[in-house]
Amino acid sequence: MGRSATTKDAHALFHSLRSAYAATPNHLKIIDLYILFAVATAVIQVAYMAIVGSFPFNSFLSGVLSCVGTAVLAVSLRIQVNKDNKEFKDLPPERAFADFVLCNLVLHLVIINFLG
Amino acid sequence: MAAQETSQSAIFRHAFGNVLSFTVLLLIGVMAFSIRLFSVIKYESVIHEFDPYFNYRVTQFLTKSGVYDFWNWFDDRTWYPLGRVIGGTVYPGLTLTAGTLWRILNSINIPLSVETVCVFTAPVFSAFASWATYLLTKEIKGAGAGLTAAALLAMVPSYISRSVAGSYDNEAVAIFALIFTFYLYIKTLNTGSLFYATLNAIAYFYMVCSWGGYTFIINLIPMHVLLCIVTGRYSPRLYIAYAPLVVLGTLLAALVPVVGFNAVMTSEHFASFLVFIIIHVVALVYYIKGILTPQMFKVAVTLVVSVGMVLCFAVLAVLIALVASSPTKGWSGRSLSLLDPTYASKYIPIIASVSEHQPPTWPSYFMDINVLAFLVPAGIIACFLPLSDASSFAVLYIVTSVYFSGVMVRLMLVLAPAACIMSGIALSEAFDVFTRSIKFHLVGTTQNPQENAGDATKVTQNDVKSEKSEDTVKERSSRKSKKKDKENIEKPSLVSRVEKRLLVLPLETSVMAVFLVVLLGAFYVVHCVWAAAEAYSAPSIVLTSRSHDGLHVFDDFREAYAWLSHNTEVDDKVASWWDYGYQTTAMANRTVIVDNNTWNNTHIATVGTALSSPEKAAWDIFNSLDVKYVLVVFGGLVGYPSDDINKFLWMVRIGGGVFPHIKEPDYLRDGQYRIDSQATPTMLNCLMYKLSYYRFVETDGRGYDKVRNTEIGKKHFKLNHFEEVFTTHHWMVRIYKLKSPRNRIRGKTKRSKSQKSGTSKRSTRKKNPWQ
Repeated sequence: MGRSATTKDAHALFHSLRSAYAATPNHLKIIDLYILFAVATAVIQVAYMAIVGSFPFNSFLSGVLSCVGTAVLAVSLRIQVNKDNKEFKDLPPERAFADFVLCNLVLHLVIINFLG
Repeated sequence: MAAQETSQSAIFRHAFGNVLSFTVLLLIGVMAFSIRLFSVIKYESVIHEFDPYFNYRVTQFLTKSGVYDFWNWFDDRTWYPLGRVIGGTVYPGLTLTAGTLWRILNSINIPLSVETVCVFTAPVFSAFASWATYLLTKEIKGAGAGLTAAALLAMVPSYISRSVAGSYDNEAVAIFALIFTFYLYIKTLNTGSLFYATLNAIAYFYMVCSWGGYTFIINLIPMHVLLCIVTGRYSPRLYIAYAPLVVLGTLLAALVPVVGFNAVMTSEHFASFLVFIIIHVVALVYYIKGILTPQMFKVAVTLVVSVGMVLCFAVLAVLIALVASSPTKGWSGRSLSLLDPTYASKYIPIIASVSEHQPPTWPSYFMDINVLAFLVPAGIIACFLPLSDASSFAVLYIVTSVYFSGVMVRLMLVLAPAACIMSGIALSEAFDVFTRSIKFHLVGTTQNPQENAGDATKVTQNDVKSEKSEDTVKERSSRKSKKKDKENIEKPSLVSRVEKRLLVLPLETSVMAVFLVVLLGAFYVVHCVWAAAEAYSAPSIVLTSRSHDGLHVFDDFREAYAWLSHNTEVDDKVASWWDYGYQTTAMANRTVIVDNNTWNNTHIATVGTALSSPEKAAWDIFNSLDVKYVLVVFGGLVGYPSDDINKFLWMVRIGGGVFPHIKEPDYLRDGQYRIDSQATPTMLNCLMYKLSYYRFVETDGRGYDKVRNTEIGKKHFKLNHFEEVFTTHHWMVRIYKLKSPRNRIRGKTKRSKSQKSGTSKRSTRKKNPWQ
């Protein structure tokens, strides 16, 4: 009895999540896709390290942290570009994107240096 | 018309305020620089203490050979025969900064020597640090508080003690980097701009390059983020301030060779990763809450909580198992001794023996931060009215730094900026109230054009404040959305009216209070200048004393090092206690056995054992290390208290920690450390005693030691395996040479000699690895 109620609840939750997400604008969905891609790449790298071993460790670290870093920066971009966020309504999206590019530049400069 | 006039007068007031702030900041910078010049005026432009000499030698090498050679430098003139990888074990920030400064100055044809640049790096960076304090406090409270805090930091004695002209040590640039990193973090938190987040990561990188105390930043900021989340102050700006810093910061920290993979493997960084995961979970929860309806959100919460809990426990169990498997739980020795103050004295005697690692006494708080000690609580209260993200950070900073300063006197330095910020806020708020009351009473109610007609309570400036508070409360209520709109609009007019009455004091009280606060500031200034001039400007390589016939200068250290550099071969090895290693390599340019880096406990214990053993055993140990000369520091003739005989018990303890045949009770008579006729025979026969007091009886006929205040025990003795080659003018440094072994043994043959020594003391022969 309780079990079917929870599964019904789970289904209802899943549907409402899906419908609410479908309402987000397209440019935010593109950013979300990019975040998903970055996280998936990081997971693949960790799985590879688990199979093959972690030498050289600096290459592994820089690879995983570059994926995680771009994911985090993309989330920050999404926060700043989202029109529902009242704290950032004065921020032009071009400025947000310029900051995103700058931070990515610094991140990848460090990555290339650390990659070995 | 009135509006245009007020806007023009507002612009004029703004411009005047900006120019005034700029001038004041310039003066603060000049004051911060000049108050640190006492040692240059009283003594000379020389590098102080011990550690700065190592940094100076590294900077010399950098300027001579370039960055690539410096990065890959393997130093074979210390820790003989092990050597030291300088590139991988030094924090490069200070040397790179000074080297760059020297290169820039030389390229624009200002030919300063490397030594001058090194000596004056610290005062220049303390001026920068006070400007950084202004910026940080401005973000927390406002420009007035910023200027006060900057002025206080420029003079605070605890910061002066580690950044006088000549104290060329890591803290000289590290404190500036610390304050600047905190400023950029707060700025990112207040504005939510990713640009400042990038700058924050780069400033954090500079801090990691400069000082091992960077672990304070990477633990304080996650603590603050956790505090904000727990108190319900999570906002997207918090995410932007923290998450990029963790990723970029970890990568940048891993770039510095000293830190390397410690950035992801030691417990000092785990807090940042934990909070990184937590903030992502919280961000996800807020996002889902935003896109779902309330009842659906409740369903989601019940489902997720049950599944999530199981996952959480599993991950936590794995983490705890990983951490518990290492004996120190992944923390380094130095960090553990900060968390558990008794750890070092039990397990690592070297850390416990350094004088600046001892807990501070109560008077040292008053000596080092003076008046700020009782302005800090007022500042903490001022931070709570109103509480913002930035002011909660300031409170967390002061609380943690007070705890750490109580563990180690060296960390009073980290307390100084926090105390200055808090005191600046307190003083600025106090001045605000007093001057507003004075203005209110003197100017009266007729001048202000924004007056509300027919208001019962006397208004003027307070009215403007109440209108502003109404606006902000209305905005906050609209951001909260939906509930309690109407109630909030009724409240502010009541609240502001109550506030108005509290903010004005009677005229006489305010005038008296302003006068007293200025007097407090005057006491602070007088104390700071006295502390800088008398207490913290001694270079400790040159000593002075005043007597009835004038000033005596004791330049024995430099005399000894100069003798070594002129009268010995370039490849000769010099053994001394580790305190003098850096100075010997930098000034005498000779290879040493152990130095102040103290990275190899066994090597130091070997030298300590040698100095605690009888002559022949010590000669064997030193000969096995290819030592040619032994250097001891002796203060008995002039009364210099920090000599080797006073440090001798630490040598015994450290040596005994690795070689068990050295036992501390052997050197104590009834638990007391003595060198007079009542001393134990082990003490009277050990090498340190003999090298310190050889021919000492010839100075005054009875061998009276002015530091220990007794006559020495063994007065007339000969050295069989060492010969004295140099003693400085005041007998403060004594250099001995190892005698080469005899070509033939007189009297009995070698075989019977070994039989004789075999019968006696067989048990000690087994334990002593050197015979």
